[in-house]
Amino acid sequence: MYTFSSKLKTFSFVLMILGAIGIGIGFMAAPKTIEDVEKLLADSHHGHEAAHVEKVAPHAADAHVVADTVKAAETHVADSTHAEAHVAVDTAAHAVDTTVAAVAEAPAHTDNHDTHAKADAHSHDDHKAHLEHVLHQLQNKPWAALYVACIFFMLISVGVLAFYAIQYAAQAGWSPILFRVMEGITSYLLPGSIIFFIFLVAAGMHWGHNHLFVWMDPEVVNPESVKFDKLIFLKKGWLSVGRFLATAAIILVVWNFVRFKFRQNSLAQDSAEDNAPYKKNFKLAAFFLVFFIVSESIMSWDWIMSVDPHWYSTLFGWYVFASFFVSGITVIAMITLYLKSKGYLEHVNTSHIHDLAKFMFGISIFWTYLWFSQFMLIWYSNIPEEVTYFVTRIEHYKLPFFGMLALNFIFPLLILINTDFKRLTWIVVMAGIVILFGHYIDFFNMIMPATVGDQWFIGIPEIGALMFFLGLFIFVVFTALTKAPLVPKGNPFIEESKHFHY
Amino acid sequence: MSNKVIHAIYNDDDVLMDAVKQTRAAHHHIEEIYTPFPVHGLDKAMGLAPTRLAICAFIYGLVGLSIYTALMNFVMINDWPQDIGGKPSFSYIDNMPAFVPIMFEGTVFFAAHLMVITFYMRSKLWPFKQAENPDVRTTDDHFLMEVGIHGNEEELVSFFTSTGAVEVKVVEKH
Repeated sequence: MYTFSSKLKTFSFVLMILGAIGIGIGFMAAPKTIEDVEKLLADSHHGHEAAHVEKVAPHAADAHVVADTVKAAETHVADSTHAEAHVAVDTAAHAVDTTVAAVAEAPAHTDNHDTHAKADAHSHDDHKAHLEHVLHQLQNKPWAALYVACIFFMLISVGVLAFYAIQYAAQAGWSPILFRVMEGITSYLLPGSIIFFIFLVAAGMHWGHNHLFVWMDPEVVNPESVKFDKLIFLKKGWLSVGRFLATAAIILVVWNFVRFKFRQNSLAQDSAEDNAPYKKNFKLAAFFLVFFIVSESIMSWDWIMSVDPHWYSTLFGWYVFASFFVSGITVIAMITLYLKSKGYLEHVNTSHIHDLAKFMFGISIFWTYLWFSQFMLIWYSNIPEEVTYFVTRIEHYKLPFFGMLALNFIFPLLILINTDFKRLTWIVVMAGIVILFGHYIDFFNMIMPATVGDQWFIGIPEIGALMFFLGLFIFVVFTALTKAPLVPKGNPFIEESKHFHY
Repeated sequence: MSNKVIHAIYNDDDVLMDAVKQTRAAHHHIEEIYTPFPVHGLDKAMGLAPTRLAICAFIYGLVGLSIYTALMNFVMINDWPQDIGGKPSFSYIDNMPAFVPIMFEGTVFFAAHLMVITFYMRSKLWPFKQAENPDVRTTDDHFLMEVGIHGNEEELVSFFTSTGAVEVKVVEKH
């Protein structure tokens, strides 16, 4: 039996408390009114980001900066006399708009003229609209920070559950010795999904300036409103708060139920006379994997893709799956190594670690394959309604967007390709930390651009949320590990697993 | 010095493995072992050095990656940077996503083929190569261990008989 070391317990509490403080600071620091935003923007005049400088510098030269960003210099030269008149109120939002317009309609010269003319006439309204836009982004910041960390840790436990089910369905002979570790990690699913569901309700009810999902605003689908958005209106058969919450509830309940039954049967097998509980788990795994692949796809549209309701991608579900699946396997490897180093898993040998590291390696490559397939197809055809997704990311999230490629692909590729390295604890732990950080950034890149836009920063709210959920995760997982012996006794493959050698 | 060798023939891989361990323990030098199929753990029991083919493959992969990168860079960017469907051929990185499939396949192509050719060369395999099996049964169901005779011949023969060999022959090797 494992006993939760008091040091680790204290550590998890410290993380949770510091994290909660960080989350609190994030919410306190979020601006309440447009005036706050105006002040913030005026302060950032002296700031570091080029985007901010562009935003407020009232010079004709600015037109060129904007033109550069837009990469349609010629179009703008024609406009430049025009530009001088209105640059005083030229805003970042405006720049983004022109970017989109230019990308989308570069040949449609007259369109640009129209946009500018309109901007001139409604310059004051534009400024106010921009401030409101930034206000929403800044108010979203603590929510988005919380959301990324919350979904990331919950999906890690889902990834482990999927891995666990695959091991059962495939009747793998090497992994039963790790089943209790996996069960421990999946125990986070229950608290994780409860918090997550509350969060979704908070988004649906717009508690505390939560505007993460723009389509949840009833004004957006109201044809009478100025906020009316036809594209979202046409999708409202799917994108409705009631349907969204009901689907989320069904998915989470089934996942949790399956997890509960898996654990129950696994514990029953320890003292069973025959293999009946094992067979139940085998069948359950087969059912779960079918349900999982469907629900996973739906949840990726709902919980992640719908923050960008104008954008869609077919392989998005797979891409999200690869991201949290590799994170889940990495967490299995890291917790196994931790327990092994404390002397709790005597039957786990370097061959088990080698297998886990191979999965980390392989699924990292798989993730990259999907990332690249999605990126390259959209980049290559450059269809405006699809490509804006990557345009905003490359423009405002250059470092995280391409940095995660180094973290999630190049680093594991070079470090985990070596057979001997895959058996070394410190290599696997180091690669694991890099992979987990990389996939946090991956989720960050999926959520943030649509919710906080160019106002992103990995600061107190983000780190606080990450610490809080990490602390909770450690606490829940290691508490669950103390509840059952770490070697599943009755599993028919356990002897093979104990002597697994590669 | 005569070139005599002992051919100890076994008909079970477990017996062979035991025999190999005993032979190693008795410090007889194993020249070669012929088996009809791969025997798991035989190389470790014989004390053979691990293969470095994987390292070769990695290097060949890097060579392939470099060649295809250089090729695409020369052809598409330097030599004739045409505008093809609006793709940005200003620099390699601008248009890189379009080259990745080629870079990937080039890497795999070089890694795979050069590694296979390396394997053929290192294990001296080619068409019309004279087969080297000392006993035709070794391709079917018998295992043969070849040990050079450097001391008492009779002692060696009785040693191998005691290891469970179904047949022990002394053969003159040319």
